[in-house]
Amino acid sequence: MIIIITLGKKEGSVKRADGRAFDELRPIKIEAGVLERADGSAYLEFGGNKVLVAVYGPREFHIRRFQKPDQAVVRCRYNMAPFSVDDRKRPGPDRRSVEISKITSEALAPAVFLEKYPRSTIDVFIEVLEAEGGTRCAGITAASVAMADAGIPMRDMVVACAAGKADDNVVLDLSEKEDKEGQADLPVAVMPRTGEITLIQMDGNLSSEEFEKALDLALEGCKKISEIQKDALKTRYGE
Amino acid sequence: MITVKDKDLVVPGEVLADEEYNSGRGTFREENKICSSVVGLVALRNKKISVIPLQSKYIPKRGDVVIGEITDIRFSMWGLDINSPYSGLLPASEVFGKEKRELERAFVIGDVLFLRVIDVDEVKKVKLGLKGRGLGKFRGGILINITPTKVPRLIGKKGSMINMIKDQTKCEIVVGQNGVVWVKGQPEMERVTEKVIKMIEEQAHTSGLTDRVRDMLMELVNGNSDNQKEDEDNLNENKDIKTSID
Amino acid sequence: MVNKMVDIIPEITKKSITNLINNGERADNRALDEYRDITLETGVITKAEGSARVKIGNTQIMIGAKSQIAEPFPDTPKNGVLMTNSELLPMASPTFEPGPPDERSVELSRVVDRCLREGGVIDLEKLCIIPGEKVWMIFLDIHVLDYDGNLMDAAALGCLAAIMDTKIPEATVRDGEIVIDKEKLIELPIKEKALLCTFAKIGNELVLDPSLEEERVMGARITVGVIEDGSVCAMQKGGEEPLTKEEIMKAIKITKEKTDILRKHLN
Repeated sequence: MIIIITLGKKEGSVKRADGRAFDELRPIKIEAGVLERADGSAYLEFGGNKVLVAVYGPREFHIRRFQKPDQAVVRCRYNMAPFSVDDRKRPGPDRRSVEISKITSEALAPAVFLEKYPRSTIDVFIEVLEAEGGTRCAGITAASVAMADAGIPMRDMVVACAAGKADDNVVLDLSEKEDKEGQADLPVAVMPRTGEITLIQMDGNLSSEEFEKALDLALEGCKKISEIQKDALKTRYGE
Repeated sequence: MITVKDKDLVVPGEVLADEEYNSGRGTFREENKICSSVVGLVALRNKKISVIPLQSKYIPKRGDVVIGEITDIRFSMWGLDINSPYSGLLPASEVFGKEKRELERAFVIGDVLFLRVIDVDEVKKVKLGLKGRGLGKFRGGILINITPTKVPRLIGKKGSMINMIKDQTKCEIVVGQNGVVWVKGQPEMERVTEKVIKMIEEQAHTSGLTDRVRDMLMELVNGNSDNQKEDEDNLNENKDIKTSID
Repeated sequence: MVNKMVDIIPEITKKSITNLINNGERADNRALDEYRDITLETGVITKAEGSARVKIGNTQIMIGAKSQIAEPFPDTPKNGVLMTNSELLPMASPTFEPGPPDERSVELSRVVDRCLREGGVIDLEKLCIIPGEKVWMIFLDIHVLDYDGNLMDAAALGCLAAIMDTKIPEATVRDGEIVIDKEKLIELPIKEKALLCTFAKIGNELVLDPSLEEERVMGARITVGVIEDGSVCAMQKGGEEPLTKEEIMKAIKITKEKTDILRKHLN
């Protein structure tokens, strides 16, 4: 993946291994409505990540014991294609993808007016076609667009982005290399209008000052990505 | 204060106006703001602001007429797919009254019916009925699915759009509020109708649609003018076929 | 009524499609032996050694090829290994469920594998590094993204394109040690270009490249694989209704003509 280096960097900013400024996102592109069968869909490229999301629902929930009598349930399946990583990944869920599926459902559900669709399910299928660090955030960002494309009523479109620490600097949107070799990773999902956080995870080591700086950076990054989400929907339905 | 205009395209979470406006369909109030909950077009009427969704699932409402397919036969009722997150139930009593008869004798799996929603309870259990003019089983024809929110556009003001299609194609057309449309006529005309309906669905939110539909019908129907005579013959035949239960 | 888990075709839809086909027509105005629009892109996944995205109508499949060094099968110690796997992702259709590959998925990958293997697409002997010990193993993963009928032909075309796109590092043996030169990438040794054509039996006719709606009403299905000289290399019948000998011979004849056209997408 070619990283596009934008001109006009802030003075005194720290250059990263891939040439980005500390608060610079990788190039991002979102397209809504890319699949025929799904009720809603979105395709996202974020740096070297390629993620496809399909949404079905609200639809009838066939497993009665998991139905909620007064609201819909958001179910998410995060899956990595065998060819999405350097060494072929065995097909099917592993512990990592099960965990990401769970927290993704929980990151998306607070935005949805679930009470409008009792007993039903909203199924979100996230396929990572190519992975280059930050796939869970890419999946959540694309999933919101796909849910909006499916016509699901929501308070806001959840958007996600990570910040972290690499080479002793707090930086936005870790690349695969920075994620693997870095000192900390902090993925965050947020409902941008209210600023309410729907997902937060961290691994590594950050002082509380660094943590706050990273969190602020991630929230800033989310705001920028949020605009690209909106543009994707407006492009799909605009004339 | 208002930040959008009538017919603007908005997305979920977008702020539309402040508290002096009333929150209509497709919107919600949060503190002192009115926001959109869906991708759709703003509809402003006086002080009421709504958003007409561009995509949505059919949620059954009492009194609606819908087209459903029998997918299940149970002890004293049929289960129907009504193109919705909620399947419908048709009690045997709606068909047989108090008489006890075998359900398979009336309708089998795969049959397509025109029904009315009699009742929807708080957990969205949907009871369907067949009593009423025009309700019953379809014979022949084709089915077309459209987004349920686009049904009003397909019908048009006082049926203007749907009547124009019926006149030009000489097809019988029945529109369910659940977005399922039944069309029956000459096979070529059924396909013309399908094309026109799909075009209306795609362009429902654009202006000048009626003119484009008229042009498309002219082109497609008159392009098939060789079949004119046959169409008329078929029309006479069709008059005898009514959508009723035997 | 398309979006549902239980796939029951309305009786009137079955009738209208069958009637049309008996009159030599199809709902999307295609001829009975005509494909939908086909688009094929290769090199779409940077991290895969080879990849392709194929669309036939609204059916969309992505194929990625990965290579690794493994032991050969004991009965073919001098041959590399080709592994074909497919996943009918739940994103592709409301009737596909998450979970291990079901019988439809297994059939898809096995029929595609048969076409590639029996068609002799890859010269597997050239993928041998140390006979009986180390060979290249090529994984083809068929990722079904959007299901609108005829997965077989789309998967076979996409797999062939992905194989042709694949570059693996050169492996040499020096003093009994395998040296892999990741700087020196080589193409796979391709011998043949085998492809599949699938027909659905509906009413009294065979229709090429069935759409989803046509697959839902078909009585039987026949898939034919041929190589460039027109010889048959694979075949699979599906569906509960029988076929006549004449129908099968007709399918072979049309397959020979149509695969020549399909191969043009590979250049």
